Amino acid sequence: MALAQTTQEGPLGIGAAPRSGELAQWVSRHGPILLLGLFMVLFPIIANDFFVRQIAGWTMILGMIALSLMFLAGYGGMVSLAQMTVAGVAGYMIAVLGVSSLPKVSLFWPWWVAAPLAIVIAVAFGTLAGALSARTEGIYTIMITLALAASFFYLTLQNWPIFNGFNGFTTIPAPYFLGVNWGGPVPLYYLILFFAALSYAVVSYVSRTPFGLALQGARDNPRRMEAIGYNVTAHRIAAYAFAALIAAVGGILLVWQNNQISPFSVGVDVVINLLIIAVVGGLGHPIGPFIGALIYVILRTFALDALVAVGLDGRRFQTLIGLGFLVIVLFSPDGVVGLWRRFSARVRGNGGRNGL
Amino acid sequence: MSTIAERIAAAGTGNAIELRAVSRFFGALAALTDVTLSVRPGERRAVLGSNGAGKTTLLNCVTGDFPPTSGTVRFFGEDVTTLPPHERIRRGLRRTYQVSLLFQRLSVRDNVYLACRGVSRGRFSFIRTRASDAIMQSVTDLISLVHLESVADRPVGELAHGQQRQLEIALALAGAPRFILFDEPAAGLSPNERADLVAILTALPTHIGYIIIEHDMDVALRVVESVTMMHNGRIFKEGAPREIEADPEVQELYLGGGHG
Repeated sequence: MALAQTTQEGPLGIGAAPRSGELAQWVSRHGPILLLGLFMVLFPIIANDFFVRQIAGWTMILGMIALSLMFLAGYGGMVSLAQMTVAGVAGYMIAVLGVSSLPKVSLFWPWWVAAPLAIVIAVAFGTLAGALSARTEGIYTIMITLALAASFFYLTLQNWPIFNGFNGFTTIPAPYFLGVNWGGPVPLYYLILFFAALSYAVVSYVSRTPFGLALQGARDNPRRMEAIGYNVTAHRIAAYAFAALIAAVGGILLVWQNNQISPFSVGVDVVINLLIIAVVGGLGHPIGPFIGALIYVILRTFALDALVAVGLDGRRFQTLIGLGFLVIVLFSPDGVVGLWRRFSARVRGNGGRNGL
Repeated sequence: MSTIAERIAAAGTGNAIELRAVSRFFGALAALTDVTLSVRPGERRAVLGSNGAGKTTLLNCVTGDFPPTSGTVRFFGEDVTTLPPHERIRRGLRRTYQVSLLFQRLSVRDNVYLACRGVSRGRFSFIRTRASDAIMQSVTDLISLVHLESVADRPVGELAHGQQRQLEIALALAGAPRFILFDEPAAGLSPNERADLVAILTALPTHIGYIIIEHDMDVALRVVESVTMMHNGRIFKEGAPREIEADPEVQELYLGGGHG
C-alpha cells in the first residue's frame, strides 16, 4: 500500500492557499475530489430522503470513523480496533450529558455543552488507548485495542446507572439551532457532509505536515526515528488523540442520525465491520475508508433483497460481505484504492506510483 | 543518577564521549566487558576488530539503542546513561547504521527532511513546511552532498544499495552534529562512492569528532587520528594509525599475518 503523496510532493505546502497562477494547477490536481464534493453538495436535489439519510449519511459517518482507523493504520502502522469504541464513548456521552428518553440518567444539558464535553471525554479515552498500546507492535496492538473494545461493550451491557445496560438510550434528538432542526434528513445530511469533508481534508493535509511525516517515519522504522531525535511513543500517542477526535465527531453524528445508542452499537461485530470497511476501501489514502463504507452500506442495505430476489436466503448477506472482503484482500491487499491505482497506472503506463 | 543541575553544570566540559566500565550482556553472552574509552571533542577515532568484537554494541551503548548493563556513558560531560536515544540525538550525537535503517516508503527528500526536523523544533507541527523555509535549503544541501539529487523524489525502497548507504550518511549529518558514530559507512559503496565518503569525512568541520567502524583500511586509516582495537568485547590496544598498522599483535589478530 503505497502512499500517493509520498512520491509526488515534497513536504511543501501544496495544500496551502494557492496563489493566482497556481490556482489552475491546484484545481486540476484536486479535480476528482472537487467534482465529488460538488456531486455530494447537489446530491439531495436528485436523491430521495432514503438515499440521503440511509445511504449517503450513514456512509459518510462510517467513513469518518473508519478514517480515524485508516489514519492510525495507514500512516502510523498501528491497527487500532478501539476507534469504533471511541465513537461509542462520544455517542454514549451525548446521551448521558444531553437529552434522551431517560430523565433518570440523562442530565439534559444543552447540545453545545454536551457535544464538546462528549468529544473531550472520547478523546481522553482514545488517548488512553494510545498510551496503553503505543509501545506495542502489530498483533499486540490489535489485541490490546480489541480487549478495550470488548470491555467497553460488556461495560455498557452490564452497567445500568450510567449506560442503562441492555436497553441503552433512545429518542436522542439532533440539535436545533440557527432556526434549523438538524435532525431533518437534508440538514443532517449537510451537517454530516461538512464534518466528513473537513476530516478528509484535514487528514490529507496533516499527512504532509511534520507531524504526519514523522508518524509515517515511525511506521517505516521506529528505531531510526529515535536515532534522528523523535520521541516515537509520544508521537504515536498524539496520533491516537488526533484520530480519536475524528472518531468522536463521527460517533456523535451517528447518534444524531439514529437517535439511539445501545451496547450493540459498539459490539465486537461492529468493531470488526469497521476494520473491514477500512481495509476494503484501502489504508493507503484517506478516501479509502469512505469507499469501503459505501460498499458496506450498499451491501448491508440491498444484499438481503437481492439475495431473496434470486431465490436465496436473505440472511446470507453477511456471507456476501465476508466473500467480498476475502476477494478484495486476496487480490488487492491495499483495497479498492489500490485496485484503482494499479488500473489507472496501467492505463497511463507510468509504473503505478501516481495515485488518485 | 545525577540531578538536572549537576547535568547542566557538567555539560560542555570534558570529553565528547566518555565510557566508564561499560559492560553489555545479551543473556549470558558478554558483548562488551568493562570498556573504558574517552574521545576528545573533534577527535576522529577508528574502532577496529574482527566480527563479534563488540564494535556495534559499543555504538549502541553510546546512542542508547541498547543501554549498557552496567557502567556510565557521558556525552560532553553529561551523564546520558539513562537517557533515551532521541534525547542524546537532540544533544548533538548522530549515528549511521551498519545495515541501512531508512524510511522505505518515504522519498529521499522526506527521509532527509525528517532527519533535519528531528533535531529542530516543530516536530509535532500541524503546519506544512513551505519550499521557502530555511530547513528545505538544508535538506537540498544534504541531498546534493551525497549526490542523490536525481532520485530525491523517489521512494527509498526503490533505491540501489549504494544509494541507500549514501542516504544513511546524509541522515547522520542533519542539523548541527557535535559527534557522529559511523558504523561501516563504506560497506557496499563503489570505489567512486568510497572516495566521496573519504572527501565528506575529511571535509567535516574540525569541531565535529567521530568514531568510525570500518573494515576497509584504506578508508579507515585515512580519515582518523587514533585507533582503538577491540577483541572479544574488550579494548586491547589504542594508538595512532601508524602504530596500530605496525603492531605485530594487531597484524596477527585482525589484519592477518603479512598484510599491510
